[in-house]
Amino acid sequence: MELLTTNNVWMMICTALVFFMHLGFSFLEIGLTRQKNTINVLFKNVFILTIGLLLYCFVGFNLMYPGDFNGFLGFAGFGLSAPLTAEGALDLTYNGGYTYWTDFLFQGMFAATAATIVSGAVAERVKIIPFMIFTVVYVGLIYPIAGSWQWGGGFLKQMATPFYDFAGSTLVHSVGGWAALVAVWLLGPRIGKFKEGKPQAIPGHSMPLATGGVLILWLGWFGFNGGSVLSADPALTSLTLVTTCLAAAAGGIVAMIFSAIKDKNLDLSMFLNGILGGLVGITAGADQMSPTDALLIGAIAGILIVLAVAFVDKIKLDDPVGAIAVHLICGIWGTLAVGIFGALAGMDQLISQLIGIGSYAAFCIVSAFIILYILKVTTGIRVSEKEELEGLDSHEHGMSAYPDFGLNEH
Amino acid sequence: MKKIEAIIRKSKYRVVKDALHAVGVNFFSYWDVTGLGNEKEGHVYRGVAYSTSDIQRRYLSIVVNDDFAEATISAILSSAGTGEVGDGKIFVSDIQECYRIRTGEKGGDTLK
Repeated sequence: MELLTTNNVWMMICTALVFFMHLGFSFLEIGLTRQKNTINVLFKNVFILTIGLLLYCFVGFNLMYPGDFNGFLGFAGFGLSAPLTAEGALDLTYNGGYTYWTDFLFQGMFAATAATIVSGAVAERVKIIPFMIFTVVYVGLIYPIAGSWQWGGGFLKQMATPFYDFAGSTLVHSVGGWAALVAVWLLGPRIGKFKEGKPQAIPGHSMPLATGGVLILWLGWFGFNGGSVLSADPALTSLTLVTTCLAAAAGGIVAMIFSAIKDKNLDLSMFLNGILGGLVGITAGADQMSPTDALLIGAIAGILIVLAVAFVDKIKLDDPVGAIAVHLICGIWGTLAVGIFGALAGMDQLISQLIGIGSYAAFCIVSAFIILYILKVTTGIRVSEKEELEGLDSHEHGMSAYPDFGLNEH
Repeated sequence: MKKIEAIIRKSKYRVVKDALHAVGVNFFSYWDVTGLGNEKEGHVYRGVAYSTSDIQRRYLSIVVNDDFAEATISAILSSAGTGEVGDGKIFVSDIQECYRIRTGEKGGDTLK
């Protein structure tokens, strides 16, 4: 009983830390976008958090953990149903690491992050109501079904060498990342982003908020990875926190140095993206890596981030916050890294990782495309040119984020 | 020399800038202002719907030689309008003298 209490307390703290990441996402996204769209970005983020939890309660949890199922699609029923003892009390033998309620809430906090990744990539030009519809379908159905294949005990977990994703480099970050890629492609770039094929800079309105956002996300990762141990096991949790932080630091420093050499400029936003890349990269195997492995994974993520941001620009996709580079590219890297570094390294594991990456790629690209394409041809997914130029805040919300500060856009 | 001041819609800035460059006008300053006029914007704040004529605009201040004045004004007139109330205004005034700070030269040539 004491062990369960200790484990459960840690899990609840981690739940709160992952919840706090939504503030980090909000700050990062508004920091890297223009003042005239700030209310719109915040509105999307608050919507994703609130509807995400409701959807997870209503259908998501039982789609992701359907119990005994065919390995591809299962559903344990609408709503929550806590296991009870004969006397009607909460059955604490549910799991040694946490209660049923903690299980629901901890996993629920992860669910909304998949849509937040998309919200950054489509910022400043997506229509809000179609985006909300997309969120409901993607977070309500696609994310949990995808998650059931691995964490829910599905076919990827049942392979001879099981696919391994400790805290969600694939299940969370690349699920969001694939959708972001499809969305950005269907939506088109912001007006003025590409001039005669060359990418133009559209600076965000607040680097302090962006920096605050990334540091809050790093803090949240203590819970994201620390809680994915699914208990308060002292050896595993403390190692996981160390690998997480070392990867973040290595990712940041390497990205900073590499981008300084490549672009001859000390760019704070690349430094911040590098930290996130390191964090996403370690997420698949944080509990399997030694500190040295973690440093290498983070460092390589730092290099990938800088190259990926440039590549996304090169293929004429507009991603205002670097969501594709951070979450998709580094999510794939982190997943592959489990087969290359750490306790599970080996050819069999690497192949399983590739199978997993491929399965999620196919499922997410196709489902995101179907949802967004239907929205594109029915409601449209992009605001009008006038709305985009004058700002989504005044047109979709009739409010301004900083009514007292003079707007000075350049 | 003439000073041409134009208060335009923020959404029209890009096309106006391109139109000015197209007639050879490459020097001006601009800042964002709030303008009051005939156009009204509807807002809702915490359940209260209100209409305001305080709207964000962009203010351009362009100083050109006399022979460029007509072209500048035409460029703005042809690019900044939408046909709706609130398209903005152009003011023209005379400028006594103009200096280039770097060299200390004065006169119309400093605007080239």
